Amino acid sequence: MKPKIKPQKIVFFCINLAMCMVIIMPIVYAACLSLMPPAQLYDYPPPVIPETLYFENYTTALSLAPIFRFILNSFTVAVACTAGQLLTGALAGYAFSMLEFKGKQVLFFIMLSTMMIPGQAIIIANYLTVSRMGLINTYGALILPYLTSAFCVFNMRQAFLQLPVELNEAAIMDGCTPSQFFMKVGLPLVKPNLGALGVYTFLNVWNQYLWPLLVTDSKNMRTVQIGLGMLQNADSNAVGPIMAGVVMILLPSIAVFVFGQKQLIEGLTAGAVKG
Amino acid sequence: MKNQNLLKTITPYLYLVPAFLLFAIFVFFPFGKTLYLSLHTTDPNGDVSFFNGFNNYINILTSANFMNSLKVTFKYAILIVAGSIFMGLVTALFANEKVAGMSIFRSIYALPMAISSASVAIVFTFIFHPSLGMLNYLLKTNIAWLIDIKYALMSVSIVTIWMNIGLNFIFILAALQSVDSSLYEAAAIDGAKFLRKHWSITLPSISPTLFFLLIINVINSFQAYAQINLMTKGGPGKATSVIVYEIYQEAFMNNRFGIACTESVILFVIILILTLLQFKLEKKVNY
Repeated sequence: MKPKIKPQKIVFFCINLAMCMVIIMPIVYAACLSLMPPAQLYDYPPPVIPETLYFENYTTALSLAPIFRFILNSFTVAVACTAGQLLTGALAGYAFSMLEFKGKQVLFFIMLSTMMIPGQAIIIANYLTVSRMGLINTYGALILPYLTSAFCVFNMRQAFLQLPVELNEAAIMDGCTPSQFFMKVGLPLVKPNLGALGVYTFLNVWNQYLWPLLVTDSKNMRTVQIGLGMLQNADSNAVGPIMAGVVMILLPSIAVFVFGQKQLIEGLTAGAVKG
Repeated sequence: MKNQNLLKTITPYLYLVPAFLLFAIFVFFPFGKTLYLSLHTTDPNGDVSFFNGFNNYINILTSANFMNSLKVTFKYAILIVAGSIFMGLVTALFANEKVAGMSIFRSIYALPMAISSASVAIVFTFIFHPSLGMLNYLLKTNIAWLIDIKYALMSVSIVTIWMNIGLNFIFILAALQSVDSSLYEAAAIDGAKFLRKHWSITLPSISPTLFFLLIINVINSFQAYAQINLMTKGGPGKATSVIVYEIYQEAFMNNRFGIACTESVILFVIILILTLLQFKLEKKVNY
């Protein structure tokens, strides 16, 4: 084989390039609009490249809505929910994979059955519960319902099941208690799975919309996604500031994605694909 | 000694307590409550006024409004499923070729996963803007994408498909990478062309994944809310009033929590049927 670039490769490269440009276009476009001076928006044909970099859009956005506060809220909620799901998931996943006890199958089935109940179908009842508890407009309302998930428990169980059986047997022989094994051997070994699930959960919570919309109505408790809508409602003609808000809210989630995408992709597809 | 045995017996359950306690409060209890409320009429605070039997169900299943929202949701789901899997498949097929810069291409294809529906919806609302928007300019059209009853649902679907590309891409690419490469070698000897090769070898080999994605996409599209709320508010008329939007309206605009719960139960039943279908057919496909 001669090390020559085949024309087919060039075609494939160009197709990939074109598709990527189309897919990333909305994000790049939002970034461009966020830096565009207001007058330029009304030019025809619709401009893409800002004439001058107009950073005032960002300061306007920050004055229209407390965006840093939204980011702080979302960050707090996402970190708390991620920590909660990883912890409860690891504990339950460990029990379901490494320990023997009565009713294990039944309990596992009950846990799995929660996956059949879509979040949107119980959201009204959850809203009523949380509002009875007097938790509207608190972090409690935003965090508590999302401190565990069957998806997390299930994936942690799979992760522990993939550890070699001899490991557990050897540990028992050495007189290691379940909690010692969990802390010292199990958890360190499933770190990659925790990482993948962590990234996945963080992004999901960061991007939540309906639940935070229901349980918050004070400006200071809004999360980023709801805040975006507020910004749009505040002045729907303020395209530049709205896009500046979009960019500010996208940056953290894109950062998490770039940082964790490898683990995320491997973790997500490891269990599901047999194809 | 006895205490130690007792401890040994209950230890495994202690590991389950946090997760199950939370499931009890935030999944099983509200599920039961949804079923309960679906049989009642409620006051504006969500407290039960009186038992209503199956009247809520009868009213809803005969209401033109709800039937419309079911129809809209099914149409929407069909558009989403077809578009998302198609986009996932095309991107994954080309991302599976060995060309320069592939890791960057793959990251970009997966990126929509990380982007929230709220931000995408807001950006596309501007792209769809009748006079200032890019889309009408590029297509040389003059369409009010989100206001015209003929285009609104399709426009919202395009946005949702964009959001779904990441997930579909990731799963299909993973499936492509596990296709037995000897199958392709045989095809190369036959001189099979790109399209033919993928049509006759790739598609059958990754059909379990495609099927899995079919169900995932349907379930996700049945739960869509943010993009509808931000782009069309269910309009024009009721052209994009999908089921979750309808539930939200009943509960928080009309304060009819009972009716909203009845609609939630119907949503649950539809998704349950789809999930069971997946389990049943997945076994057939795999083994």
